[in-house]
Amino acid sequence: MIPAHGGRLVDRLVRSEERERVTKQLGSLPKFQLNEREASDLELIATGGFSPLEGFLNESDYVSVRDRMRLSNDLPWSLPVTLAVKPGDKAKYQPGQDLALVDVDGKVLGSMHVEDVYQVDHKTEAEQVLRTNDAAHPGVEYLQSITNTYLGGRISMVERRAHTQFMDFRLDPKETRVLFKHKGWKRVVAFQTRNPIHRAHEYIQKCALEMVDGLLVHPLMGKTKGDDIPEDIRFECYNALLGQYFPKERVAMSIFPAAMRYAGPREAIFHALVRKNFGCTHFIVGRDHAGVGNYYGTYDAQLIFDEFEPGEIGITPMLFEHAFFDLKSGAMGTDKTCPPAEEKGQRVFLSGTKVREMLSNGESPPAEFTRPEIAQILMKSMTPKS
Amino acid sequence: MKETKVTVKIPRPLYRKIQLVIDNSGFNSPTDFIVFVLRDLIGEWDANQKSGQEEEVFSADEIRAVKEKLRNLGYL
Repeated sequence: MIPAHGGRLVDRLVRSEERERVTKQLGSLPKFQLNEREASDLELIATGGFSPLEGFLNESDYVSVRDRMRLSNDLPWSLPVTLAVKPGDKAKYQPGQDLALVDVDGKVLGSMHVEDVYQVDHKTEAEQVLRTNDAAHPGVEYLQSITNTYLGGRISMVERRAHTQFMDFRLDPKETRVLFKHKGWKRVVAFQTRNPIHRAHEYIQKCALEMVDGLLVHPLMGKTKGDDIPEDIRFECYNALLGQYFPKERVAMSIFPAAMRYAGPREAIFHALVRKNFGCTHFIVGRDHAGVGNYYGTYDAQLIFDEFEPGEIGITPMLFEHAFFDLKSGAMGTDKTCPPAEEKGQRVFLSGTKVREMLSNGESPPAEFTRPEIAQILMKSMTPKS
Repeated sequence: MKETKVTVKIPRPLYRKIQLVIDNSGFNSPTDFIVFVLRDLIGEWDANQKSGQEEEVFSADEIRAVKEKLRNLGYL
């Protein structure tokens, strides 16, 4: 089995037999309320998804990650995982303090030992990590919504944040590792998505699956933009597609409970490292991975892998070009595998805007673009409820 | 019995750079330096492999619970 990033799968979950006692103890500590992204980060740190992180970044790791995509020990890590104090609370915190981490309803989720309280410059963070300072970028918008005082320190988790959907499909890194081992999958490719899977994505997943033993479809179901397709609709689409168009014994689906950062290239590295922690050996990177708007070049998220030695990342990126259905050859393909387009419309591919427009008009996109079952689900979801 | 050795080829510019690096360093030759560096790296890899194996040691209860969950999903 592929080792976790840094060599050891982090486990910061308080054991069930100690949970009651620890939760009681945490009741007497000062409370720190986590927002949705922070609560999601807490869960992924505690369960080992963000190995080797054992807590929110301290200043030296933060600066190192922000400026060189590495932790201060040189291990590659591309996105800052940080905890910002709430407005007006800056003076409340000091190194050495223990805090109870609570959700928006005040429920205790875990604890943190504060090792570091530090100031950051959001403009620099945005420019380095997101490659833009445009307030219209959702990542910049998030930074503008939090304070510039961060807390760093090790965490423990006693309780997961409240999940209400897809409970059976929430597998921790430990659990996916057990799954792969028992399936006998030595080489597993992960597919990250925050959208319904159309034919182009199905194609690249199948190309990847031809080369490995198993496919983990790992949809991100944490905080996303308001105009992304809702989680329950996406989940219905994934189930329909995997149930009818994939071999059951070679594919598994599990929820990836992370918040979306829309950091494009840097997030592609992050997504790959995290999937290594889930036990995957390969990771699919398509066009504009984790991108938003026009902030990143189509293949920036692939080129960034060249900035690391392959052994440093550990998981193998599988890079795919823009895929489409080619009417002339009657098959899915890319520029690498299809003859040049001789006439307009030979290559069937629709923009997200066009698809939304068709669906909201009750018009099904062509079967070459999306499977009819998926189109039905999406059309149904867009029909105004009477 | 003396261990057998093999020849590994490296780019000449790199070899020249290593010659510069080991000058007055205590290494008798570029070969000694390369063997030292590689042993160090391999040692680190070994340590990672061991910790990777350790992480797979779950309690019997944990394994039972995980397998049950995976069976319910139809994955096992």
